[in-house]
Amino acid sequence: MTFQTLKTGFLVAVLSGLLAACSSTSTEDGSDGVGVSGTGTDGGITTGTTDTGGAYGSDLGAGGIDTVFYFEFDRAVLRPEARAALDIHAQRLRSGDRQVRLEGHADERGTREYNMALGERRANSVKEYLVLQGVNPSQLEVISYGEERPAQLGSDDRSWSLNRRVEMK
Amino acid sequence: MLSTPISAVRQLTFFLLVWLGLALTAQAQLSIEITQGADNPTVIAVSPIEAGASVLPENISEIVAADLRRSGLFKTIDRANMLSFPRVQSEVFFRDWRVLGTEYLVYGQAERQADGRLKVTFSLVEVLGEKTVLSQVVHGNDSNLRDIAHYISDKVYEAITGIRGAFSTRIAYVTAIPGRDSKLVYRLMVADADGARERLVLESREPLMSPAWSPDGKELAYVSFETGRPAIFRQRLGDANREQLTDFRGLNGAPAWSPDGRKLALVLSKDGNPEIYTLDLASRQFTRITNHFGIDTEPNWTPDGKALIFTSDRGGAPQIYKVALASGELERLTFRGNYNARPRLAPDGRTLVMVHRDGGSFHIASQDLVSGDFRVLTSTYLDESPTVAPNGAMLLYATKRGTQNLLAAVSIDAGVRFLLPARQGDVREPAWSPFLD
Repeated sequence: MTFQTLKTGFLVAVLSGLLAACSSTSTEDGSDGVGVSGTGTDGGITTGTTDTGGAYGSDLGAGGIDTVFYFEFDRAVLRPEARAALDIHAQRLRSGDRQVRLEGHADERGTREYNMALGERRANSVKEYLVLQGVNPSQLEVISYGEERPAQLGSDDRSWSLNRRVEMK
Repeated sequence: MLSTPISAVRQLTFFLLVWLGLALTAQAQLSIEITQGADNPTVIAVSPIEAGASVLPENISEIVAADLRRSGLFKTIDRANMLSFPRVQSEVFFRDWRVLGTEYLVYGQAERQADGRLKVTFSLVEVLGEKTVLSQVVHGNDSNLRDIAHYISDKVYEAITGIRGAFSTRIAYVTAIPGRDSKLVYRLMVADADGARERLVLESREPLMSPAWSPDGKELAYVSFETGRPAIFRQRLGDANREQLTDFRGLNGAPAWSPDGRKLALVLSKDGNPEIYTLDLASRQFTRITNHFGIDTEPNWTPDGKALIFTSDRGGAPQIYKVALASGELERLTFRGNYNARPRLAPDGRTLVMVHRDGGSFHIASQDLVSGDFRVLTSTYLDESPTVAPNGAMLLYATKRGTQNLLAAVSIDAGVRFLLPARQGDVREPAWSPFLD
């Protein structure tokens, strides 16, 4: 457990952002080169397609294997059709030490922190299945984004079903 | 007749200190649309409060009138219909106001002092009784006229309703707006309770969520994904000093400051599933409060600091529970419907507000913890994140109109409703500040 005091860099960031926010073209221009630098991810929203690229490369989806798995509303149970792809992932992961992020997501309905928990529960379902297939748990990291990074922005059944997902990266 | 100019000066000085360095005024992003007011609003006139020939940068009386209208309890007389513009008592002709049906009148003036500062006097009179209810002097300058106006609103509201005004408070919220590359940019913002003077607190390309005010109103705790994982931070508003408080595997979420400011309640899943902990901010000790394989999240303190209320799906669906910190005794609070979550308590400790699923739709509901009286307060779409004003009169929440997330408000008795639409982008997760003095 470490506690970091990050005063200086963020004072600059906040003041820069403040100036951007106060300029006449605030909302568009404030977004570039200002603020927090992410250190662990590619920093963008994902598109929900199987080839999401990102910091860990795109080899996970090699051979057209699914890397995104979908769930029912308020549920975290793997669909049977996910198993074939996950079996192949398990086989590949067993043969190396590839690190994988399992990013859990929820649709926009319900409360945000509860959806964070739900996203984590979904990602844990994928993790548990892979571990049962012999993957070393230390290769798998679970991160929940809740409803904060939708793959689709719409408020309809189709968008919601595409947002209730776990992405392997 | 009351006069407390000293406390007024102290209050305004405080604002200046808190917002030093952040006082540049961005164009207000939020605007107000009142959709429903009280059935029998009190009719009040706010005569122009001006500084003679010296033009002020803000229209004090318009800000006061807008504050009072937004409470839903008042109907204001348009300036165009006023027969006179009294500045001092000798200029008040009660006949002018009676004919307009005015029940209360606010009048006053600003005087430019030799040092350039402003001396603002204001009075509240009851028109029928021809009685002065309130008369005060406030000192300020051109840069804090909105503070002066909200101070006047607070005093007028309290004198008439008996409830402390909350117009001088602030709201924090999160916006998500696509940047030039069309990826979302998340911003933690703070604005006045009327949406004006919006200020940037933090900007990130990774999600920001769950802002929570410290009880002294000087800091925010929130969740940021800037490290690639969720982590809880605290940040002072005046000097932008910030500190990362948690860095555990799994969830680090839902911070809530204890009423004495010494602890945070929060959610960690480092032990396998989401559990509620408290963090002692001085000793850095974490104490686990819940222990169940279900989801435990969204903690909030009771006003006495002795218990937490939280969301748990330990019964099969999310419901609201209360746990006493000393004994660990657990009590389920909600039973209506199969989804009640994100609880907040009104300052009276008795009125619970929450997100409630009613059929397929999500609304804000309240439950009286003594009488059990349960009511759905909102009728908008996908309502979430309720936050109660420090005077308990109104609550803000996030809702959706079309594809846009926006903020809305409803009085705790559901009689008054208004929307605070943003000009563009999504606004979510409002957090109403405590009283700031």
